[in-house]
Amino acid sequence: MTASKDQTIKTPTIGAAQLKLLKRLCQACAVSGDESEVRKIVLEQVRPHVDEVYTDALGNVLAVKHAQGEARLRVMLAAHMDEVGFMLIHDDQDGFYRFDIVGGIDPRQLPGKLVWIGREHIPGVIGVKPIHLTSDDELSRTIPLENLRIDTGGETTKVKAGDRATFATPFLRLGDCLRAKALDNRLGVATLIELLRLAPGNIELLAAFTVQEEVGLRGAQVAAYRLNPDLAFVLDCTPAYDLPAWDGSENAQYNTRLGGGPAIYLADSRTISDPRLVRFLVETAESAGIPYQIRQPGGGGTDAGAIHRQRAGVPSVSVSVPARYAHTAASIARLADWRQTLALVHAALQRLEPHILSQDR
Amino acid sequence: MKPLIQKLVETDGPPGYEGFVREVIRSEIQPLVDELHVDALGNLIAVTGQVAPNGKRIMLAAHMDEIGLMVTHVDEQGFARFTNLGAVKAQHLPGSRVRFLNSALGVIGRERAEEGNNFPDLNRLYIDLGATSRETCPVHIGDVAVFERPFADLGRRWIAKAMDDRVGVAVLIETLRQIRSTPHQLLFVFSAQEEVGVRGATTAAFSLDPDIGLAVDVTDTGDTPKGIKMEVSLGKGPAIKVRDSGMLTDPRLVAWMQRVAENAGLPYQLEILERGSTDARAIQLSRAGVPTGCLSIPCRYIHAPSEMVDSADVENAVRLLLELLSRPANLS
Repeated sequence: MTASKDQTIKTPTIGAAQLKLLKRLCQACAVSGDESEVRKIVLEQVRPHVDEVYTDALGNVLAVKHAQGEARLRVMLAAHMDEVGFMLIHDDQDGFYRFDIVGGIDPRQLPGKLVWIGREHIPGVIGVKPIHLTSDDELSRTIPLENLRIDTGGETTKVKAGDRATFATPFLRLGDCLRAKALDNRLGVATLIELLRLAPGNIELLAAFTVQEEVGLRGAQVAAYRLNPDLAFVLDCTPAYDLPAWDGSENAQYNTRLGGGPAIYLADSRTISDPRLVRFLVETAESAGIPYQIRQPGGGGTDAGAIHRQRAGVPSVSVSVPARYAHTAASIARLADWRQTLALVHAALQRLEPHILSQDR
Repeated sequence: MKPLIQKLVETDGPPGYEGFVREVIRSEIQPLVDELHVDALGNLIAVTGQVAPNGKRIMLAAHMDEIGLMVTHVDEQGFARFTNLGAVKAQHLPGSRVRFLNSALGVIGRERAEEGNNFPDLNRLYIDLGATSRETCPVHIGDVAVFERPFADLGRRWIAKAMDDRVGVAVLIETLRQIRSTPHQLLFVFSAQEEVGVRGATTAAFSLDPDIGLAVDVTDTGDTPKGIKMEVSLGKGPAIKVRDSGMLTDPRLVAWMQRVAENAGLPYQLEILERGSTDARAIQLSRAGVPTGCLSIPCRYIHAPSEMVDSADVENAVRLLLELLSRPANLS
C-alpha cells in the first residue's frame, strides 16, 4: 500500500448519508439526452470536493481532483448518469401520448406500468386493455409498442411530445437490499461521488459523469477525448440473473450473482478489459480481503467500450455492482455489494502507481 | 517464408491476449527497425526510415490476433462453457480441439440436439478438458483458447489455423527484411484486437497519424464448390481491395496498386468482399481521414480451424509491396 501518510486516511463507508443520496439519485429522472436532474445533484455533491468541475458540450459532468506531487497517473473514472426510459413522440389528444423506448427495454415489460413524465414528474400510466375485453388470441401475444399509449388522465398542459418519461418507482430499502429504478447506473454515480470525496492524493483523478451511455456510449466518447487519461475505470451496474434454473439444473448463465461482491469485467461485446488492470483489481481485492466476482464474459457494453478506443488507446476495465432485473421498472441490489465495490475501487486507486502500465499486457 | 508462417500460425494469440505472437514478431523484426514499441492496446509498432522529399509516412497494418474463445463458467462436472472472441462460427466447433494460453487442451462437445441438425447455439456447446469436477478443471472463468491445429504443407497450398492474419504478418515481416531503399517512412503496425472490431488499428492510426494507410489481411474466395459468388480465386495473385462491407477503398490507391503491379508484371486480382472488413477501415476513418487501401491474401475457409492459402499468392504479395514501397507513391 502506498497511501500517503501525511493525510488522514478516509475509509469508505455506506451510511445513512450515502443511502439518502442514492435515493435522491434513483428517484430523479434522467433518460438519455436529458440528464439535467441528475447532473444538478452531481454538481452540487462534487463541487466542494474537487479542484475543477464543468459541464461539457454533450452534458457530461467532468471533475478533476489534482494529485499531490509530480508525474502522477491520470486516471479516468466514469459512471453514466443516464437511464433507459421513454420519449413521448406524438400527442394523440385527451392526455394520450404515443411514445418510443430510449435504450434497451423489453417491450413486454411495458403494459400497465406507472411512469413519471418530464422534469416535473407528471404521473402517467401505460394503459392496457382490461382482461374483460381481451380475447384468448390477444393474451398469447406481446402488445406491439405502437399500440401502447401513455395516459396522463387528461393532463395536457404540462406534458408534450419530446418529453422523456421513466418508470415511476419509489426507492425502497429492504434490509440488506435496495429496490429502485435506475440502479443502473445511479449506483455507479453514487460510488463515484463518494470516491471524489475520498480521493487519494497519489493520482490525478479525472471523474466523468457521462450522458447517453444507454444509447451508445456517446458521452464517454467525447469525455475520454477531452480528459485524455492514462487509464480508466468504469463504474457501472450489471445484471444478475442468479436464479435457480426451472429444472433444477446448474445455472451456467447467471452473468453475476447478488452477494458475490463487485463484478470485474474481462470481456463484453464492446471491450476486452486490459489484463493488467484486471490482475491489479484481483490482487487488490485479495490482499484487502474484499470479495469480488468475475462477470461472465459475453455481450453487453459499458462506457469502457468508447473510452479504450479513444485517441492512442486507453487501458480500461469496468467494475459493476450486480443488480437483478436491470432495465425494468424495479431492480434489486445488495447493500454489501455496493459497499464492497466502493471499497475495492477505493483501495485500488490508493495503490495505483505508474509502473502498472510498463508491465506486459 | 514457410518456416516463418509455420512459426506464426502455431503461436496462439486470441484478441486482447496477443502477447505470445507479439514476442515472436518482435524477435523477428527487432534488428531491422529504428524504433519499436507496444502501445496501450497491445499493438506492436515498428518505425523504419525517414521521409525523403518525395516520400510519405505509410502505415502498414496486419493483425496479430486470431479468433478465440473465453470461458464463461465451469460447471460441477468440470465442463467449461464459453463465449466467442471474434466471429467464431458455431458449425466449426463440435469436435474441434482447442488450446488455452496455459497449454490446457480440450475438445468441444455439444448438448444433445433437440431440433435436427441445425448449427448449434454457442450456449449449447462446452469444452471437455478431461476433468471430472470443477475443482480439477485446469481452466477458470475468463481463460482464453484458440483452435489447436498445426500447420500443414499440401505442396503449393498451405493450411493452418490463424492464417487470418498471420500470413499478413509474415508478408509484412518479409517485406521489411527485403526492402533495400524507400523514400517513405514505414510505420509497421502489428495490430491487436482486429477480430473484435478493428480496435487496435483504431488507436494505432490515431497515434501514428499517417499520410497513407495500407492493411494486409486475408479475403474470401469464390472458387470452391457451390461457394460464394466472388471474383477472387486462390493462386491468381494477391487481391487489391476495391470494397468490403466496411470500406470503399480510396480509388487513387486502387489505381496506384494496379499500375505498379502491371508495370512489374505481377499477378493481381481485384477484390469486392460483401461481408467482412479489415484494419483498413479503422485507418481510413482516423482523425481527419487517411487515404487507405488493402492488399488481400486470398484464403479459403476463413475462421475455420484450417484456413488455406496459396504460397504463390503470399510471395507475390511481398513482391507487390516491395514494388509499391520502393518508389514514391503517385496517387494522382
